[in-house]
Amino acid sequence: MGKAFAALLAIVTLASVYFFAARTWWMPVDISAHGPGVDHQIIETMLLTGVLFLLSQLALAGFVWKFGGPGEGRKIGTFPGGARVVVFAVFVVVGIEILTLSFFGSKVWAGMFFEPAAPNSLHIDVQAEQFAFFFRYAGPDGQFGGIHPELINDGNGNYFGLDPANDVAARDDIVVGSLTIPVNKPILLTLHTKDMIHSFFVPELRIQQDIVPGLEIPIHFTAVQTGKHEIVCTQLCGLGHYNMKAYIEVLPQDKYDEWLKSQSQ
Amino acid sequence: MALALLVAVSSALVVLAAPPAGNGSISGKVTYTGTPPKMKPIDMSKEPTCAKQHATPVMTENLVTGPGNALQDVVVYISAGAPETSAPTQTLRYDQKGCQYLPHVLAMEANQPFEIYNDDQTSHNIHPLAKVNPEWNKSQPPGTPPIQAKYEKPERIPVKCNIHPWMHGYFIVLNTSHFSVTGDDGSFSLKDLPAGKYTVTAWQEQSEPQTQDVTLGAGESKSVNFTFKVLPY
Repeated sequence: MGKAFAALLAIVTLASVYFFAARTWWMPVDISAHGPGVDHQIIETMLLTGVLFLLSQLALAGFVWKFGGPGEGRKIGTFPGGARVVVFAVFVVVGIEILTLSFFGSKVWAGMFFEPAAPNSLHIDVQAEQFAFFFRYAGPDGQFGGIHPELINDGNGNYFGLDPANDVAARDDIVVGSLTIPVNKPILLTLHTKDMIHSFFVPELRIQQDIVPGLEIPIHFTAVQTGKHEIVCTQLCGLGHYNMKAYIEVLPQDKYDEWLKSQSQ
Repeated sequence: MALALLVAVSSALVVLAAPPAGNGSISGKVTYTGTPPKMKPIDMSKEPTCAKQHATPVMTENLVTGPGNALQDVVVYISAGAPETSAPTQTLRYDQKGCQYLPHVLAMEANQPFEIYNDDQTSHNIHPLAKVNPEWNKSQPPGTPPIQAKYEKPERIPVKCNIHPWMHGYFIVLNTSHFSVTGDDGSFSLKDLPAGKYTVTAWQEQSEPQTQDVTLGAGESKSVNFTFKVLPY
């Protein structure tokens, strides 16, 4: 029985490792400039934890194989120095591993969240609400109108609470339900939510950011590949959460310019 | 003799029981002056089964205009002086189709039954924002039977879908059967009115309601027009 369990343990361990090593269910294509850093970090983490996982599970299987059977009269062995030394050693080894990963990862993280967006970034405003995303472009005047939450009205398409009657800058703001951006151009999004916590997740952009009521949360990125991908909400936000999504389309600059022009007519 | 008396009495009863029907009417046209706001296209790309039902994007419907400055979706009704009517029995139909409410404005009499259909391949969650009547919201996955509903008290109720934020409409519950909702020619007609003094109200969803007093003689037809002033923003 002990040997059968040891064999099962080894098979489950090797099979789990195989699916990662063979990249059977792997990450989607990366279309962002910062993505390689994120992917590198993920792969380093997986390698380190994967090697430890493999070794520890196989060691466990080995011990079960060897000592799993009935062992009347067998002397119980102990580590030299007792459990305290082993626990301390594990604490130090795992601690160093995690600190090292965090240290190397912090550069990637800081590049995404602590460094300001490039000054030539294209600024787009994002409004999340149950259960859709809306996007606002400044329009031909290059200026965003002010936001007045009391004027938000889904019935007439005023998802952001603009006041075009009194605010000239708001009149040419473009509000759409899909995010269209030019390729190779730094993009700065300001995330807002109307009602509750949502999340802005584009796996292909390697970006996932919660949107919190009352906060304006900036995120910036550059897409380096054209294509169309899904933006999904990853905070359970109510009965329509499964259906809360939008699309991001990355276009060549000239196609983007055409699209923008067609929107402001 | 007895038979004649019986016939006379029963005829009188019939007359008493039936509402005092008349053949007068009030009709006219609702128009606007000024520059109407530009309606915005609705992006339904997140709901592909709805998006593909529309060759051109659906526009917002808070102010729908027609040829000749006509205003659509205006509810014109007798707000005072209307003859008493018996409880309505005709069941009205309200559709959720292509992620839109059809019609955009549903006028009904208090206690009038109506049915809400989901004709889409996606779930809807209709939420009429009633304040005087009880408020409710109901989920309706595709293929489920229609929701039966009615409102007991007169009220103008905005309707929204809790799943598709762009879906908006109105239930206009009235205490009269004399109402009319304008089409794209802006015309309305209130029929079967006996002689009397009436107040006619015209309601448009983003404007102040307007009223006019009309005195009708027996069998008389009068024309009344409403003009709403609209602003581009």
